[in-house]
Amino acid sequence: MSHKTAYSCLALIAASLLSTSAFSQPEPIRIGFMTVRSGALAAGGKQMEEGLNYCLQERGGQMAGRKVELITVDTGGQPATTRTRAQELVERSKVHAIIGPLAAFEALAIDDYIKQVGVPVVSPSAAAEDMTQRKPNPWFVRAVGTSAQANHALGEYAAKEMKLKRVATIGDDFAFGHETTAGFQRTFEENGGKVVKKLWPPLNVADYGSFISQLPTDVDAIFASFAGGNGLRFLQQYAEYGSPVKVIAHMTTVDEGILKSMSQEAVGVISSGWYSATQDAPGNKEFAEGMRKAYGADPGYYSVGAYTACAFVDAAAKAVEGKVEDKDAFMKALRSVKLDKGPLGKVSLDEFGNPIMDVTIRKTEMKDSRLQNVVIKTYPAVTQFWTYDQKEFLANPVYTRDYPPAKNLGN
Amino acid sequence: MAFWASQSLNSLALGGLLFMLAAGFSLIFGLMRVANLAHGALFMLGAYVGLASVQAGLNFWLAALLAALAVGVVGGLIERFLLRRLQGRTLPQVLLTLGLAFIIADACLMVWGGDPMRLPPPEELRGAVRLGDLAFPRYRLFVMGASCAIGIGLWLLIERTRIGAMIRAAVDDMQMARAIGISASALFSAVFCLGAALAGLGGVLGGPILSVYPGLDADMLPLALLVVILGGAGSLLGAFIGAYLIGFVYTFGQALVPDLAYVILFLPMVAVLAIAPNGLFGRRLS
Repeated sequence: MSHKTAYSCLALIAASLLSTSAFSQPEPIRIGFMTVRSGALAAGGKQMEEGLNYCLQERGGQMAGRKVELITVDTGGQPATTRTRAQELVERSKVHAIIGPLAAFEALAIDDYIKQVGVPVVSPSAAAEDMTQRKPNPWFVRAVGTSAQANHALGEYAAKEMKLKRVATIGDDFAFGHETTAGFQRTFEENGGKVVKKLWPPLNVADYGSFISQLPTDVDAIFASFAGGNGLRFLQQYAEYGSPVKVIAHMTTVDEGILKSMSQEAVGVISSGWYSATQDAPGNKEFAEGMRKAYGADPGYYSVGAYTACAFVDAAAKAVEGKVEDKDAFMKALRSVKLDKGPLGKVSLDEFGNPIMDVTIRKTEMKDSRLQNVVIKTYPAVTQFWTYDQKEFLANPVYTRDYPPAKNLGN
Repeated sequence: MAFWASQSLNSLALGGLLFMLAAGFSLIFGLMRVANLAHGALFMLGAYVGLASVQAGLNFWLAALLAALAVGVVGGLIERFLLRRLQGRTLPQVLLTLGLAFIIADACLMVWGGDPMRLPPPEELRGAVRLGDLAFPRYRLFVMGASCAIGIGLWLLIERTRIGAMIRAAVDDMQMARAIGISASALFSAVFCLGAALAGLGGVLGGPILSVYPGLDADMLPLALLVVILGGAGSLLGAFIGAYLIGFVYTFGQALVPDLAYVILFLPMVAVLAIAPNGLFGRRLS
């Protein structure tokens, strides 16, 4: 055998080896992750990254036997940038699914685009009601509840069990604040309570002083719904004014993500939500402990949202045996995901792609020398429609600043 | 009655905070004709340095002093090594300060993370003072007093000292001031240092009210611009009156017509610009 033929033989063997190894090692599953690394939303973005990384590490970087390649992009919290980044993920990186984005207006910015190209998107945080209600998107699934999902429960609890009669509300003046407050007001008033005053400070208001001075002191409680760092600022300033009235709140006002920066002013706040680091859901103990060990703080809204989104994608990938290239089958699997354990415990999705899960009433307490949201009551398997008939619910307009109308203002 | 009283106190507290923010901006603009767009970022940097010092165990007052010094030094460095190279070229200077604002904001995000943080007020100023059925935070009363003290201090500095006379001369006519032997170079550095230090101090004193978070810079800068445009650039009295005016307009606007709060905030500015383009107390700038 001449040298030349020996070499070509060798090359042939090498080539065949290579091709078999390529065959046995399928391409990775590519997941696009849209986060925010700069600006005012960066804290939430960082917590989302932590939740997602924890989920991937837990699964050894694999889903359904295939390696996962994570392509992270920074949207800067800007809707226009979000749109461009989504396009990059789909057209250049050819991702099989997207986890993100963070804010509702970002999700709305890519709503049409994801319908048009047909890419599965799992939202780890954007809660805008209509995305899973009156304007559903077949390619969109949520790993968090709608804005008002937990507040229906709080409204009923406040009226029935806390026996509150008159409440004033204060919330961020944007869709999330409007929707959360509306959900509370609806069930609270239907159970005999009265909302006597509603205040809407602008999202980036420098000082809550002028609003706090307007909050009545002769009511039974103040309902507060703030996002991002605003809960911290409001509670701190309210305490400065002597906190004359008890505070009840939407979960993000006392989220674990900002609770670590708070102190005495948060103690005693009653809130409702689908996640608390202390909740007794199957799988949450391990999760919360693992997250604390890895990142030194209790997990909260954003990290749990991203973790759950990742767990959804994993479960769907397993259901289609890793064949995520078949978009329609993959999306179908994603829409019928059921989880038995994890931070949220049992979760399934309704026909709109929105989670059905336990909602808890919690009280913020100082325990083990850190602030924790301690569960005092659990409402099992709560849907975005609460106890209302779905058709009737959807026939009404979406929750806004003025819907449902507040009939008891000034009483 | 309680409503008007408590909202007036709120207005005064906010006005005091705005004065600390705007005084430095106005000084720098009056002398150097540079709209220092990094002023909000310096305010935030001051708040973060103050917070870090408090967390390191320093008491609040020392932390405030340290933050003012640190931010003053940063300001001095910016003037010496960056702005000086572009002397006399206003537009590039403004762009430079805008770039610096982004750099400082991102550096803060990198060092201190994105979580909003709480800067506790000093122990002796916690809680509320009660006057009848009116509760008002003690710390806010202090902020009012502090801003008046700073205002008086600056007034004395500018009206009653030699350096102040030099600054006034240079604001009125830079070439003439140079001709009679005033060193503009030293004066520029000193004023920029002072302006930055005031921003830093304002950041720490504002921290317990505003809390410290990424984006604080962008929230505060427009308010500083508003105060200076209203009061007149380069005028201390203008900054003082402008700050309290905006404090009142902002607070009462939000309380009485919340939907139009931002419109009302900018209305006085438009009105003043239409009637007195140099602001209420501004001198005609050459």
